[in-house]
Amino acid sequence: MKNFISMTLNGRSRDDAVPGNMLLVDFLRETVGMTGTKIGCDGGECGCCTVLIDGKPRHACLTLAASCDGTEVETIESLETGGRLSAIQRGFHEKLGAQCGFCTPGMVMAAEGLLRENANPNEDEIRQGMAANICRCTGYVKIIESVQAAAEEIASKEDAA
Amino acid sequence: MELMPEFDLHRPTAVEEAVKLCNETDGALYVAGGTDMIVNVRRGIEQPTALIDLSAVEELQQITEDADGLHIGAAVTLETVSNDVRVQKDFTAVAEAAAAVAGPTHQSYGTVGGNLCLDTRCLFYNQSEWWRKSNDYCLKKNGTICHVAPGGKRCFAAFSGDVAPAALIHNAEVDLVGPNGRRRVPLTDIYRNDGMNHLAIEPGELLAVLHLPKSEAGQPSTYEKARVRGSIDFPLAGAAVWIKQSSGKIDELRIALTAVNPYPHLIKGLEKFTGAVLDDAVLDEIAEIVQSQAKPMKTTTVKPWYRRRVVGSIARRLTKRLSEAS
Ligand SMILES: Cc1cc2nc3c(=O)[nH]c(=O)nc-3n(C[C@H](O)[C@H](O)[C@H](O)COP(=O)(O)OP(=O)(O)OC[C@H]3O[C@@H](n4cnc5c(N)ncnc54)[C@H](O)[C@@H]3O)c2cc1C
Ligand code: SF4
Ligand code: FES
Ligand code: FES
Repeated sequence: MKNFISMTLNGRSRDDAVPGNMLLVDFLRETVGMTGTKIGCDGGECGCCTVLIDGKPRHACLTLAASCDGTEVETIESLETGGRLSAIQRGFHEKLGAQCGFCTPGMVMAAEGLLRENANPNEDEIRQGMAANICRCTGYVKIIESVQAAAEEIASKEDAA
Repeated sequence: MELMPEFDLHRPTAVEEAVKLCNETDGALYVAGGTDMIVNVRRGIEQPTALIDLSAVEELQQITEDADGLHIGAAVTLETVSNDVRVQKDFTAVAEAAAAVAGPTHQSYGTVGGNLCLDTRCLFYNQSEWWRKSNDYCLKKNGTICHVAPGGKRCFAAFSGDVAPAALIHNAEVDLVGPNGRRRVPLTDIYRNDGMNHLAIEPGELLAVLHLPKSEAGQPSTYEKARVRGSIDFPLAGAAVWIKQSSGKIDELRIALTAVNPYPHLIKGLEKFTGAVLDDAVLDEIAEIVQSQAKPMKTTTVKPWYRRRVVGSIARRLTKRLSEAS
């Protein structure tokens, strides 16, 4: 049985017929062709597949595409504007928050969710807010610095505006 | 990664409709957040023909309050529960337990109902299909022996939800809705000491509401768990404590455990402490009673003796802390 769904994906609305058993991560990667969202484990352990649904972080590997009917889905592909990286992406780039880069799309989306709720998190809040995302390379120190740098950049822009 | 098995997905918008769909479809199961169900489907542990998704049922997403208490819809997320100031103030252990489940992403869409109805867990069970197959399966799924206690016919998989013990010490009740209507039962009645069949709710019955009674509100309570990684893991052992004291003496003490037995349960025999002063000797005795009712088996990578000891220590520490604070 197929389910008919309408969602807003990265700001654009779309309608799809998806099988009931299709995972959101497979929908994004295979049907839509957006391969930024990664699959790192067999379900819920690593956070690589983190996307935002209605602004909240969620595992695309444990979410059925059909249950996203009527929602707003945001993936790593949504962050750049006109070829320019977002503050968080720049933070990861400049502070070396990415090494092999496999956890990075999930990390960045988790950070995006965190900074929308708490624009100025301290180190503990960053550790707590991103605890569902695992990185085997960086040792997390650089990731925390990346998020802090992004938060500072966003704050300084808002001050200037 | 294994392929997703074939199943249909239904998204009812009302409780009755969900119950009807689940009962009229052979092999249908409920899914709420899916943080456990989808993992189990991907591993071939659950093989539903249809999933009844509860995320569009409005009635299940609400927290209401009346003279009777606080009523938490089953599909309310753990994040909402842990951030609710009424829960934090009057049922502290429940808020703490919700905040201790998995990681923040899981809490943002994992639900209270899913947490209370969580399947039991075991090292030999929560594995991929090929892992379990190459290990000859086990009693709980497709197999004929238990790899934890090979002589017996029992399954010792441990119930590992965090919220249940916290709700148990507050004498919580739940609404169950089945094809024959709605019934309200004490939370403790929905669990039994059987790793293979730990939920005493009828197949197709839906847990609709968690009731936290006002009569139990405001007494100090707290929850703590031991886990491998502080960031994300299931409990190896967890204890929730509730205490009522007057003039330095215990009026009533309640302790409930998770992750050390196939079901979450209240500790028996604590009435004897009514009127006692919580000195070191009494605290030691409490820890001993707790340990004697924790019977962890080799269902995790961590040794059972550690889980038994640590659950006693947690219960002792929390009891001491609560009594000093109140
Ligand atoms: C990496 C990882 C770590 C985790 N760590 C923890 C942890 O530390 N502590 C912990 O407690 N859990 C943990 N979990 C499990 C899970 O995330 C939580 O228990 C969560 O609360 C489950 O809720 P859900 O809504 O996602 O349930 P689902 O997965 O949707 O459902 C779980 C079960 O409950 C049934 N169910 C759901 N809702 C209802 C209902 N209303 N009525 C009847 N049956 C229902 C389903 O049929 C299914 O059998 C972890 C999961 C992962 C992937
Ligand atoms: S306790 Fe035994 S029967 Fe139960 S899941 Fe583990 S190995 Fe299987
Ligand atoms: S792929 Fe690992 S959590 Fe989703
Ligand atoms: S950068 Fe390699 S896993 Fe995080």
